Amino acid sequence: MIRIELPAHLRTLARVNGDVQVDVSGAATLGAVLDALEACHPVLRGTIRDHVTLRRRPFVRYFACEEDFSHEPPETPLPNAVAIGVEPFLVVGALAGG
Amino acid sequence: MSRVRVLVGTRKGAFVLNSDGTRKQWDVGGPHFAGWEIYHVKGSAADPSRIFASQSSSWFGQVMQRSDDGGSTWQPVGNQFSYDGVPGTHQWYDGTPHPWEFKRVWHLEPSATDPDTVLAGVEDAALFKSSDGGQTWKELSGLRGHGSGPAWAPGAGGLCLHTIMLDPTNASRIYIAISAAGAFRSDDSGASWRPINQGLRSKHIPDPTAEVGHCVHRIAMHRSRPNVLFMQKHWDVMRSDNAGDSWQRISGNLPTDFGFTMGVHAHEPDTVYVVPIKSDSEHFPLDGKLQVFRSRSGGNEWEPLTKGLPQHDCYVNVLRGAMAIDSLDSCGVYFGTTGGQVYASPDGGDHWTAIVRDLPPVLSVEVQTLPS
Repeated sequence: MIRIELPAHLRTLARVNGDVQVDVSGAATLGAVLDALEACHPVLRGTIRDHVTLRRRPFVRYFACEEDFSHEPPETPLPNAVAIGVEPFLVVGALAGG
Repeated sequence: MSRVRVLVGTRKGAFVLNSDGTRKQWDVGGPHFAGWEIYHVKGSAADPSRIFASQSSSWFGQVMQRSDDGGSTWQPVGNQFSYDGVPGTHQWYDGTPHPWEFKRVWHLEPSATDPDTVLAGVEDAALFKSSDGGQTWKELSGLRGHGSGPAWAPGAGGLCLHTIMLDPTNASRIYIAISAAGAFRSDDSGASWRPINQGLRSKHIPDPTAEVGHCVHRIAMHRSRPNVLFMQKHWDVMRSDNAGDSWQRISGNLPTDFGFTMGVHAHEPDTVYVVPIKSDSEHFPLDGKLQVFRSRSGGNEWEPLTKGLPQHDCYVNVLRGAMAIDSLDSCGVYFGTTGGQVYASPDGGDHWTAIVRDLPPVLSVEVQTLPS
């Protein structure tokens, strides 16, 4: 079971409270986790990644275990602590400074 | 007695305001989709309980919502807007080619006869259609594919298709307007389009009378006389008596003819409303006085309507989609401001009241006239 922490707006849109939990068959890669998230909550399609290219939206970031996965390719394995559900995978709305 | 439902889109959510036909007491519902930008909320004339809303965010993109119970509850519907074929380029602000990129839905126009059919005007400018209640969307690419597409350029608010009007007497005829390309008309249900900008004059383009490139802010018509169109352009208020084939300036005695929104009285086809804004560099009313101007002669002669509106220290804007007209016997006029007020006049503009005063900046206002 993989835990995904969504920003508040996407939790509201998906009508979930707290973390979203998904199962991934096979390796817990960045792309597989996002695929599983969108399969469980189709309303999130297009809000995190582009519908067609699956490219991350510019103002969205991916963090896990204090590392930035925003620029990693979809086949990138997530840390084991995320894969076994100890740590969440974070989908974050980018913040501007100032 | 009939009743009205006012649908308000704001920078931070949607609001649904209900009143009976007196339009004195208002029930304010919302915010729906709190924290999201709601560019437009519009009900279906074919099924007034069905309402579509465009919900968007710079972070999370476009979401489409539909209510089937008059705005009490909502369900997300399809949000995939893919341009037909290779999108190509339009002009960027400096005239260089810039790729077409979908950003958001500005305008929703439900069919007058089929509750499952709705058109969407989007940024970067294109027209999409859904025939299944918003679940799926297909581009009517004849518009963007018009030969002039590569010459279209964004206005300050983006390259947005912000206005769609359906001819109530001719199901094949559609009018749209784009900032900053101009107005277009289709006579074959959206398959092909022609620019209808003859008579417009715009200083911000190299050829002021070019076929396209005009920053049209709003077009409006009366449903009994759909060949007569009114236009609030970036500067200039215009009128066409031949379905847009040619336009004449009707700014007349307006104190400034810059502005964004306009509307036409429900029962008087020659009664037109505009909200003059000082200039394209100062987006607020002249002299801090919020004034609606009404012409009862189809333009040129305008009278200020001020009763109930702030007449000092008012520096709000009224955006292009933020005026609506009900069809009660005593025609109601509504508009929203970037200061969060929604004003209503139940007597055609003679007297105004803020029916809600402290919303987020108002992007759009629509009204439904409903049976009791």
